[in-house]
Amino acid sequence: MNTKTNLTPESWQYRDLNERTPSLSVMADTLIELADQGYPIAAGTADLQHSNGLVKFANAYPDRFVQFGISEQNMVSAAAGMATTGMIPYVATFASFLGLLTCEQIRMDVAYCAQPVRLIGHHTGISMGFYGTSHHATEDISTMRAIADLTVVSPADGAQFRQLLLESANYPEPIYFRIGRGHEPAVYSENEQFQLGKAKVHGMGSDITIIACGMAVHGAKEAVAELNKIGYSAGLIDMHTIKPLDEAAVLEAVNHSRIILTVEEHNILGGLGSAVAEIMAENPGKARLKRHGIMDEYALISPPQRLYQHYKLDGLGVREIAEALL
Amino acid sequence: MSDITDISLQEAQSLEERAQFVRLETIRLIEIAKVGHYSSVFSCAEIFSALYYDVMSISDDPKWPLRDRFLMGKGHAAVGLFPVLADLGYFPKDWLDSYTRLGSPLGDHPDMRKVPGVDFSSGSIGHALSNGVGIAMGGRMQEQNFDVFVMLGDGEMQEGQVWEAAISAANHKLSNVIAIVDRNGYQLDGKVDDIMAIEPLDEKWRAFGWEVHEVDGHDIVALTSILRRVKADKMREKPCCIIAKTVKGKGIDYMETEPGWHLGYLSPEDSEKARQTILNTRISGDPQ
Repeated sequence: MNTKTNLTPESWQYRDLNERTPSLSVMADTLIELADQGYPIAAGTADLQHSNGLVKFANAYPDRFVQFGISEQNMVSAAAGMATTGMIPYVATFASFLGLLTCEQIRMDVAYCAQPVRLIGHHTGISMGFYGTSHHATEDISTMRAIADLTVVSPADGAQFRQLLLESANYPEPIYFRIGRGHEPAVYSENEQFQLGKAKVHGMGSDITIIACGMAVHGAKEAVAELNKIGYSAGLIDMHTIKPLDEAAVLEAVNHSRIILTVEEHNILGGLGSAVAEIMAENPGKARLKRHGIMDEYALISPPQRLYQHYKLDGLGVREIAEALL
Repeated sequence: MSDITDISLQEAQSLEERAQFVRLETIRLIEIAKVGHYSSVFSCAEIFSALYYDVMSISDDPKWPLRDRFLMGKGHAAVGLFPVLADLGYFPKDWLDSYTRLGSPLGDHPDMRKVPGVDFSSGSIGHALSNGVGIAMGGRMQEQNFDVFVMLGDGEMQEGQVWEAAISAANHKLSNVIAIVDRNGYQLDGKVDDIMAIEPLDEKWRAFGWEVHEVDGHDIVALTSILRRVKADKMREKPCCIIAKTVKGKGIDYMETEPGWHLGYLSPEDSEKARQTILNTRISGDPQ
């Protein structure tokens, strides 16, 4: 609750973030749910408990929450150590730091040591908007995907994130989750089921199938609906798990569609588009490929919604990209 | 009444023999690899011996949840740890004969996925104290009272992550984390204090909120005594750092005096001479 006096109700400060953006709470709520069920869940963050909502977990399970301060590398290495004692640590910070600054700790201490740490890179892609390049994460899929034995997951919305988080409690391998800032429009209903490693196929189009992940799924879904409305046969695959990639779903699309369009809030180098390209290069089918995302550049700054328009990651933009191919 | 920190002559002899064993086995294993970190092990042979054969609470089961943990930031000294773990029965002794050969579990750095008894893998210098901090936190969350010993190289003090871990161990009052700095004075490119000076090291650790002790890392009685004392101290509210003053290459004169032995190889003939030198080194109770 706000205790500020002499301010109008529209004013707010950092600690109000969690109340202002309820979908930010998906992570903490789900972890609390798992801990309540008896899973040995621990959580940690690096001075971002209000930004990622883990403050709720900290309040519910103070003895199982670790505030690491601004020391992301220590956090990741410590989480790996903690996992050896039987805890399941979920550590969260901005994806720009987790996916790049702590890349080596993730490789050595988490993935190579096969510890069931769950790394949650939030505010990924360009969702930090005008905070600029230091806070943008358009390389994290690429770095994480190159690490052996690490599962890489990019949920489309809060409902999917929740389901995949629940599944993660029993998942034997380390996971990197790449999530947004909690403002993502809903794609799925609350109880829709998903499986790590298994793409959510919304349909195959004989003209075009879009393969998207993360926040881009929403825009892609809108685009597909529009394309079908105007007479094309368009399909959509939500590739929430980028590694291990659901190759069967990709190959089905490659043999069904004229065009495969990948859409991601990430550099087109190394991300989902690259993963799909690798499969297509080794398994030639009838489809040709177009990768769409951030075109190997540092994004401009602006409020995020405007950035999504600019980089054609919203429904209209994805449709434009698709129509130009058709 | 005897104090727990009193080390009997018999205990001292036995621990010195185990340190000698570590050095001899290191020479033997490096003959297989034809390259290795003799001098890095020779500086911490007594630390291995004191911890594994006296101080740490361990059992026959290398996965016993309540065991004390040992981690090392200077993972390149693993060639000295493997013989100890085999000697404790954690894996068959003949694994040692495969050291560094194709598919062997035993390489230059310790791998927890492959080697029973290795509490955490290492090789990337600077991670181990963080790993130890996390282990201590996990133990605390589950009300398990074990101690976490983390041996660090002195060159490792130059890694920023060490100090992230140090500040967090103090902040979270992880009094069961005991760091041991193998202060042998040398790193790969030369003298630590020429490459990137780290002194005053004791003041640095104190300033980061740690209790600090200094000890001669080759004096088995003094070393074991201080390790027993800090392990037994349940009143301490902060983590503890022991700066072990050591000599890189301890026991082999040319390794002690010539820089450059961080990595090297001794021919079979020179290995045999080194073995004899070590066997002839006086231990407690030997005639003066």
